[in-house]
Amino acid sequence: MSSAEHAVGHHVHRDDEGARLGMWLFLFTELLLFGGMFLIYSIYHYVHQSEFHLAAKQLNTMFGTLNTFILLTSSLTMALSIAAIQKEKKALSVFLQLVTILFAVFFMVNKYFEWSAKIQHGIYPGSEELLMKSNGEILFFGLYYLMTGLHGLHVIIGVLIIGYMTIGTVKGKINSGNFVRLEAAGLYWHLVDIIWIFLFPLFYLIV
Amino acid sequence: MSQNNLNQDLQHGNVSYGLYFLVWFALLVLTGLSVTVVGIDFGKFTVAIAMIVSCVKSYLVLTVFMHLKSENPVFRIFVGVALFFLVVSFALLFSDYSFM
Amino acid sequence: MTANPSGVNSVSYLEYKGRHKGIKSWIFSTDHKRIGILYLISMLTFFAVGVTFGFLMRLELFSPGPSIMDPQTYNSIFTLHGIIMIFLFIIPGLPAVFGNFFLPIMIGAKDVSFPRLNLLSWWLFVAGGLLAIISVFLPGGPADTGWTFYIPYSVRSGTNVVPALLAAFILGFSSILTGLNFVTTVHRLRAKGMTFFKMPLFIWSLYSTAWIQILATPIIGITLLLVVMERWLGVGIFDPALGGDPVLYQHLFWIYSHPAVYIMILPAMGVVSEIIPVFSRRTIFGYKFIAFSSVAIALLGSLVWAHHMFTVGMSNTAMFIFSFLTFIVAIPSAIKVFNWVATLYKGSIYTEPPLLYALGFIFLFSIGGFTGLMQGALSVNMHIHDTSFIVAHFHYVMFGGTGFGIFAAMHYWWPKMFGRKYKIKTAKTAFWFLFIGFNLLYFPMFIMGWLGMPRRYYDYLPEYTPYHRLSTIGSWILITGLIIMFSNLYSALRRGEKTTEPNVWGGETLEWKSATPPPLENFDVLPEVSEAPYEYKENDEVEEKKTEEAV
Repeated sequence: MSSAEHAVGHHVHRDDEGARLGMWLFLFTELLLFGGMFLIYSIYHYVHQSEFHLAAKQLNTMFGTLNTFILLTSSLTMALSIAAIQKEKKALSVFLQLVTILFAVFFMVNKYFEWSAKIQHGIYPGSEELLMKSNGEILFFGLYYLMTGLHGLHVIIGVLIIGYMTIGTVKGKINSGNFVRLEAAGLYWHLVDIIWIFLFPLFYLIV
Repeated sequence: MSQNNLNQDLQHGNVSYGLYFLVWFALLVLTGLSVTVVGIDFGKFTVAIAMIVSCVKSYLVLTVFMHLKSENPVFRIFVGVALFFLVVSFALLFSDYSFM
Repeated sequence: MTANPSGVNSVSYLEYKGRHKGIKSWIFSTDHKRIGILYLISMLTFFAVGVTFGFLMRLELFSPGPSIMDPQTYNSIFTLHGIIMIFLFIIPGLPAVFGNFFLPIMIGAKDVSFPRLNLLSWWLFVAGGLLAIISVFLPGGPADTGWTFYIPYSVRSGTNVVPALLAAFILGFSSILTGLNFVTTVHRLRAKGMTFFKMPLFIWSLYSTAWIQILATPIIGITLLLVVMERWLGVGIFDPALGGDPVLYQHLFWIYSHPAVYIMILPAMGVVSEIIPVFSRRTIFGYKFIAFSSVAIALLGSLVWAHHMFTVGMSNTAMFIFSFLTFIVAIPSAIKVFNWVATLYKGSIYTEPPLLYALGFIFLFSIGGFTGLMQGALSVNMHIHDTSFIVAHFHYVMFGGTGFGIFAAMHYWWPKMFGRKYKIKTAKTAFWFLFIGFNLLYFPMFIMGWLGMPRRYYDYLPEYTPYHRLSTIGSWILITGLIIMFSNLYSALRRGEKTTEPNVWGGETLEWKSATPPPLENFDVLPEVSEAPYEYKENDEVEEKKTEEAV
């Protein structure tokens, strides 16, 4: 830290550990953003247990499991891309970042099919079909759309961030001596993964 | 940027590819496990078991993929503080709903 | 931007010329001091709006029955008064203005860890503020739900609830970024030798506050978004017609909004901890206790939220737990008050304006704190819930506490920030107007609340008239005080005596070792610290001798 302090001027100063610390703090805000929804989920699950189980049966476990595998693998490629840049393997790192993005796109395509199947069956917030069901089921599907929707939004943001990093890596701005931004993007991506690790059983496996 | 600092950063989180693959494999196995036991009825504990598996998976992601293991201890304390806040919120909220 | 050639540092931050000119050199500046000033200007603008709404409400309540506005307008006005004062004045008041300006200086750093993020958080603040203002003029009219946005009314109301909710969301995001910046800065950029226990107490309070900002704000963020979703899509998460639970909304709302009152009060306590030792020329009494009590307040303050909900029908277990925790959270606040008073004891006290405002804080905050404990008791709470007793209580804490803390900070640091002196006598006159006006305005609310006057009511029974009259007259005196105070501070900027004296009041913390006004990067040579922040050794030694002689 002390060596960095003697640098002159705002923009010369560089503090990688500080940057990572800031990123972690930001991740906590994301964690608690979802945490609020998990709180709601847990209360309604507690109040409407049997109805939640009934509703969960209507979700296709295949979609969920496939997406879990996709997201876990994308986390792997993300972590590998950082290791690669540290070992000065730029091309490999770029390749791995692109694979990560590709997996993220798979995830979203999968999600798209899953959602559209549900919507075609007339199950979406405010639909007649859904309103005829019990309160617990309405809440379950309400939470399903909101929580996976918010998660999906984070996947899309993640794609944009990683894409930006890929451009930086190609241009050489992110390199073996300065890769803290790629690390930060990686941290974000892993958090998105962790959120899914909890969403998956809560919606697909409580049957 | 001194040489010393640079070295430190290079070392930071510089885990071998192998460990990452190992963790990935463990994550897949755990996922497979939780999907296969869905058929078995654990009664009240179904959700609890699923959550424990998820916690183990998250622990792996946090420590290895997110390099928490090789970071300055202050990072781990921070994560502890955030999780503590979340857990306490759950506990206090359930002090209302579970005693209704 | 290129590296600084030596010598540029001696130019003050006010005169420094960067890439931009004119107003752009401010609104695009990443200098923490300029951002602090930007926050100051925007915050005070919103404060003026909030005060106007408050004034109009009091005017309406001067007599029973309709007088200057209709009930719907009244509902909108108290809603806007709450939203503006809370989200746009007291939450950013100390951390974003004085925290931004002084946190880096007081720990001996050049800037915060993420200067550009800092600027972004100001932009978000302005965007959120403007959105709140715009929502007033959109068709549908301003929100009338109260600042709490309670379900189900906030889903049913035909007014512009969504823009108000989104404004609060954006402001929350801005607040999170500030907190994130401060925690990182405190961990990474302290000067050489400044250990955690050599940090000024204001920094301790900002650090604790920043943690609450980071951890609690996201919960309200998602909650408000869910209300938006409820209005747009009818998901049913909170809507009782679809199985949702409105009480769960209240829980989530207060999980943030109770800790938020500590976001508001903690930095003010920090300011008081700075001012007291300087104007009594004594080392602060119980430094570690004050420091840890800030952390304790941040921690315990996160565990008491449901004491806002004692009448909604929670489980008895929850009521006992939350009531108990509420009593516990008073302890660290009391520790602070005792230590401040103990610092003053046998000090050589200079009753300059900053100290007056700080003492005003202690007095008013104590009243607010004690009446808070009354409400923490379950049986009393049933009686006074939703009465103007509550209104009086939180104005004593939030305005008497944080508001006076902000005024104290202004008088303490104004000469440092601008290199201009204000008129001491006028500042003192303003204080007495404020102090008397404040008590006259809010104390009658305790009494009529105790007698059963509900809060947020447009009309009242004739027997409450004398209290309402007194209260409204108090508001006039208070506003007179505000006008005197702000015109004094403003005219100091225009015509005040210039000063370049680094140490205006004889303080021992690092900001007094930087030039007045501070240069672009705060210090020509970054300081090294070897002493605790409030070492008034000479005075303390004299004191010890006296005591020894007495023994």
